[in-house]
Amino acid sequence: MGRNIIELKNLTKRFGDVTVVNNINLTIKENEFVTLLGPSGCGKTTTLRMIGGFEEPDEGQIFFEGKLLNPIPAYKRNINTVFQRYALFTHMNVFENIAFGLRIKKIPKDEIEKRVKRMLKLVDLEGFEKRNVDSLSGGQQQRVAIARALVNEPKVLLLDEPLGALDLKLRKEMQIELLDMQRSIGITFIYVTHDQEEALTMSDTVVVMNNGVIQQVGTPQDIYNEPINRFVADFIGESNIIEAVMLEDYKVAFDDVVLDCVDKGFAKNEPVDIVIRPEDIRIVTNPDEGMIKGTVKSVIFKGVHYEMMIESDTGREYMVHRTIAFPVGSYVGMNVQPFDIQVMKRGDPL
Amino acid sequence: MKKTLRILAYPYVVWMVIFIVVPLFLILFYSFTKGDIHDIGSLEFSVESYKKVAEPLYLKVIGDSFLLAFISTAICLVLGYPVALIIANTDQKYRSLLMMLFLVPIWMNFLLRTYAWMSLLSPNGLINRFLTAIGLPRLEIMPGNAAVLLGMVYNFLPFMVLPIYTVLSKIDKQVLEASSDLGGNKVVTFTRVILPLSIPGVVSGITMVFLPAVSTFVISGLLGGGKTPLIGDMIEQQFLFARNWHFGSSLSIILMVMILISMAVMSRIDKNNQEEGGKAR
Amino acid sequence: MKKAVKRIYMGIIFLFLYAPIIVLIVFSFNKSKSRGQWGGFTLDWYVDLFKDRQIREALYFTLLVAVLSTLISTIVGTIAALGINNMGKFSRSVILNINNLPVLNPDIVTGVALMTLFISVKIELGFVTMLIAHIVFSIPYVILAVLPKLRQMNKHIAEAAMDLGATPSYALRKVIIPEIAPGIISGALMAFTLSIDDFVISFFTAGTSATNLSILIYSMAKRGVKPTINALSTLMFTVVLILMLIINKKSEKGEEILL
Repeated sequence: MGRNIIELKNLTKRFGDVTVVNNINLTIKENEFVTLLGPSGCGKTTTLRMIGGFEEPDEGQIFFEGKLLNPIPAYKRNINTVFQRYALFTHMNVFENIAFGLRIKKIPKDEIEKRVKRMLKLVDLEGFEKRNVDSLSGGQQQRVAIARALVNEPKVLLLDEPLGALDLKLRKEMQIELLDMQRSIGITFIYVTHDQEEALTMSDTVVVMNNGVIQQVGTPQDIYNEPINRFVADFIGESNIIEAVMLEDYKVAFDDVVLDCVDKGFAKNEPVDIVIRPEDIRIVTNPDEGMIKGTVKSVIFKGVHYEMMIESDTGREYMVHRTIAFPVGSYVGMNVQPFDIQVMKRGDPL
Repeated sequence: MKKTLRILAYPYVVWMVIFIVVPLFLILFYSFTKGDIHDIGSLEFSVESYKKVAEPLYLKVIGDSFLLAFISTAICLVLGYPVALIIANTDQKYRSLLMMLFLVPIWMNFLLRTYAWMSLLSPNGLINRFLTAIGLPRLEIMPGNAAVLLGMVYNFLPFMVLPIYTVLSKIDKQVLEASSDLGGNKVVTFTRVILPLSIPGVVSGITMVFLPAVSTFVISGLLGGGKTPLIGDMIEQQFLFARNWHFGSSLSIILMVMILISMAVMSRIDKNNQEEGGKAR
Repeated sequence: MKKAVKRIYMGIIFLFLYAPIIVLIVFSFNKSKSRGQWGGFTLDWYVDLFKDRQIREALYFTLLVAVLSTLISTIVGTIAALGINNMGKFSRSVILNINNLPVLNPDIVTGVALMTLFISVKIELGFVTMLIAHIVFSIPYVILAVLPKLRQMNKHIAEAAMDLGATPSYALRKVIIPEIAPGIISGALMAFTLSIDDFVISFFTAGTSATNLSILIYSMAKRGVKPTINALSTLMFTVVLILMLIINKKSEKGEEILL
């Protein structure tokens, strides 16, 4: 990955007295697939719309290839957007929708023809030129929206929950196609979604946001395995989050258990949060062989695995994912490897 | 963008104030004053014209107007509902043709339609010639209230049928199947399912008939021969002939207020009905 | 049996609806001046109609007012709808409520109110006041037709156009207006038919210098009936019928326009 293409510096946006985006800083590199991830209302779409030029920041700067972007109106930015629910022009056919931006740039007719054809091929819609956009399926409309944006050869493509309106199967297919497209044409994608699985599957970099503040920036692996705080841990995947105390380096305690971990550098007896992913808890039939003992309260079959709720003797519930089920009511032991325990600074209680 | 586009409405807002709000306030102003209308400085506050409205003679006019409008609305409902039901149950291919046939007459100038009834109903009109020819007694309803009612029903019947038809034709056929599946016979299906579902159409039909009927002065003028003056005739007279704007304004205000009240009542009925429907679901 | 009852009922209703119209048409070809007697076939009334300067003038006023008021109210109404659509909830509902007044108020109240305004500010009643009155009651219908189309439109569509390089005015002309065109057209059709058909409001605002067809028919009908009106009715009815058939054929949504 190359140079920085987009830089956000101290960006803030308020709607009335609500601060939607609060002083965020972010650097995006050329050809990077960056996902802004967070619950609705976290400010991810507003951030995207500020980059696109549809909202003006109240404070802070946006740089595009080192140049200040703030004063440039949307229609002069070399950035294109794929809108939520597509925003196709229903009075135009597929060809005219895709050619719209090229016509404005007064590109010669045969050149337009060539480029639109190429795009239709890329999004697998050859032969659909004359079709009315209303007559297309959701997935096809999605492709037209992508083609309409990409045909202008933007350096950055913004995608605002582009797959939100599609059903699950189509979503998965489109995820792969989008990724292929991004790799083959080599442009920067900034992608907004509230779907953590989608973010983890597609991105080079995930930016987790909450309440207008960036919580964590990192690769999907970082975000999943080493969530920086309770919010990220809770939002990404399923997890057991436990309030604990850091006894000393590499030793963490809660309830009546003391566990080994790989973290250090906390103060003695500092209160922390720890995360244990449900798939990282192993179950042994002999309760005495487990670090924690508990009773199986419920078992649900989830397809690939069983989800069990196990209540420890001290009354804490653990979610455990295993491929083998233990019958409800059985008394078992649970073990966790030190490197499967993620220790985080105690944040605000959720 | 949003803010710049907003400016586009401002000229119309000014227009609305000048040509919608100010005229109504003028009417209100004249209704509460007395004196020479051409010399605004000489006008003084007075409820005289409202007192005049309360005289038995004029109360009767208002009462007659509402009574005639009420009766014609009722007749339109009784005649129109079956029409809407029949058309809604017709085969898809004939349905829009039938509806079009039904609506064609309203595309003819309504004065002409009223005038046509004049030529049919007049003492020497076609109907009477026909009746005399076959030895039946003459039909002497014009000029008179019966002719006015007939004119109202004739002119406004389509406005009753149209909204009811629209609602009926949108009822999901599966709802009717569900009703018979659950043991409802045709009568039950009609009274418990179709009728309640069509209430919104009935309500807007009633409003669309009652409103023009209560304020008309053309129909009563042409077919009634001035025998029973209606509130519309009174307003016309006060503004055009008697030149008593104060009294005319009071009558207009009263008409407006009564109509607004009846519309509020109707929309309340509509809302209640929808809420009950919501609960039932 | 039940089918027969239905058919007879519909037959009676249609007879009731069409009888007066048919009578008018038949008698427009009647040689006898009397309304009850058939005196043989003639086209005299049609010839008279075209010789009649009064009727020609009334037709001219009717069409001129209809065309001008439709044009103006469609443009003003569409622009206003664009503005209203971008307003806050409160100001939008205030404006729409005022906008609805001419729709909900009885025509006679709108008519006398406007007449009062014109006379109070000493504007002589005539062609201009009638035109203004028609614009006043047409714009609300245009707005009511255009606004839902604007609301239905994907709210990001203007942004999408600008995202692709369109300036705001280009986006308005090439994207937003075409997107809401069906609403604009049905608003214009509504305005045109309302204007052609209006009697009450014209009656109060036209004064004596500008008599349109409705006013002429009213005064003729009051004074006593001339057979030329029969001819006029027949012609107008035929024109409307032909127009409707064309509209119905041209658009699959004929029913919608019809309403």
